[in-house]
Amino acid sequence: MNLTLFVWRQEAASSAGSFVEYALDGVSEDSSFLEMLDMLNEKLVESGHQPVAFEHDCREGICGSCSMSINGRPHGPKRLTTACQLHMRMFKDGDVIYVEPFRAGAFPVVKDLVTNRSAFDRIQQAGGFVSVQTGAAPEANATPIEKDHADEAFDAAACIGCGACVAACPNGSAMLFTAAKVSHLALLPQGQPERSARVAKMVEQMDSEMFGGCTNHGECQEACPKGISIKYIAQMNRDFISAAVRKARSLRGAMRAQ
Amino acid sequence: MSLVRDFYGSTIGKKVVMALTGLVLVGFAVGHMAGNLKVFAGADATTGVYKIDHYGEFLREIGSEMLGRAGFLWIVRAILLTCVVLHAASGIQLARLNRKAKPAGYKVSSYRSANAASRTMLYGGLFLIAFIVFHILHLTTGTVHYRGFVEGAVYANLYAAFQSPAVAGFYLLSMALLALHLYHGTWSMFQTLGVDAPNWNGTLRAAAKVVALALFVGFSAVPVSIFGGLLKPPAVQSASN
Ligand code: FES
Repeated sequence: MNLTLFVWRQEAASSAGSFVEYALDGVSEDSSFLEMLDMLNEKLVESGHQPVAFEHDCREGICGSCSMSINGRPHGPKRLTTACQLHMRMFKDGDVIYVEPFRAGAFPVVKDLVTNRSAFDRIQQAGGFVSVQTGAAPEANATPIEKDHADEAFDAAACIGCGACVAACPNGSAMLFTAAKVSHLALLPQGQPERSARVAKMVEQMDSEMFGGCTNHGECQEACPKGISIKYIAQMNRDFISAAVRKARSLRGAMRAQ
Repeated sequence: MSLVRDFYGSTIGKKVVMALTGLVLVGFAVGHMAGNLKVFAGADATTGVYKIDHYGEFLREIGSEMLGRAGFLWIVRAILLTCVVLHAASGIQLARLNRKAKPAGYKVSSYRSANAASRTMLYGGLFLIAFIVFHILHLTTGTVHYRGFVEGAVYANLYAAFQSPAVAGFYLLSMALLALHLYHGTWSMFQTLGVDAPNWNGTLRAAAKVVALALFVGFSAVPVSIFGGLLKPPAVQSASN
């Protein structure tokens, strides 16, 4: 198939970017979107041009590296599919395709399609963990977990941290990512001791990274390649409110009767 | 105080404030709409006083033994004004933040879930504030009524006001925008407060639609029936009681 690509080219974070048009012929419909970009890059290199910088690692939909928006949609037109898993048979011969980096204030462009998404790492570091004794692995069945809770936690844990939710959100909000990480641990017994502190710290970090607020458009869950639901945002809101109430009713300190 | 500052300082805290004040305001709108329907109740057979005029007086009389005439009404007004201010302030602050968080959009934008309601919350809300100001000056104080406003003569005031196609049309437009705002907002507040969950999401979404539609129909019924000639001109004596 023959394609017309408009690819966002940007030298560095500080420079202004623009779309550059490329005609690419003979693309196999069995190739993936990234393989199509590889093909473009080989041509560019052969003709002495800079290849298009894009991120990729696993190419099997589990690492979340392949961040790019295809025709205005993070990871492209196919639901529940990362860009690396997107097949070119989703497109037609003669299609015009716009390829852009993820757009969000908190994800500055590093080069071409590569964005700096380290804000996610800092949200995770602020509380997305459980503090446990290290040592030998505990017996797997030592902590019973209700099946429903295990399933709900697992669905949240499916988040690969790719950033599509932020890229799709008209507000550039990271609520779905943060909610998935908060809920995943909040639903498990191991997550209980730090539950209140975790949600407060992770939301604080999220806000300090200049992500926008959630206005419940629901674009994030549409774009999420792992199908994370906005029900986890409701769950995080609930936890955030109860953490604030808990803090307000803290039993530290003394009281007087008169 | 630092507890409040920390809470409001977060995006979720601002949204909780917006949701709670929104809840109060939706509740008020439903009550207001239900009260308006007294327009259709006609006049009292013995006294000749319109039921809606009587209802207006009743609102002023609530709690007057303790709080003086219209005392309770003023307390409610103060609460509503506070809610509007907090609702708007949190909304504007968040909108500014959101704009900064999304400096550039996509070449081709294709929304899959965001709709006209969710995307016009800010401008729709700002319009509704302008409408509320006009509405108070129009039918509460009568400042911009221009057609013989008489304090307390609710039926006659409404009847005179909605003879004008421009005024009736403006009210209809405003109520359509209110319905659009609440089509998203009435569900959104449950999501923000963490109340929504898959099991009752369908019910809450449906409730938002019902609230939006009921308010549009109920509020619009008054200007439409008056302009359309469904309601009779006021009897002369009602203006003088
Ligand atoms: S490259 Fe790993 S998810 Fe696409």
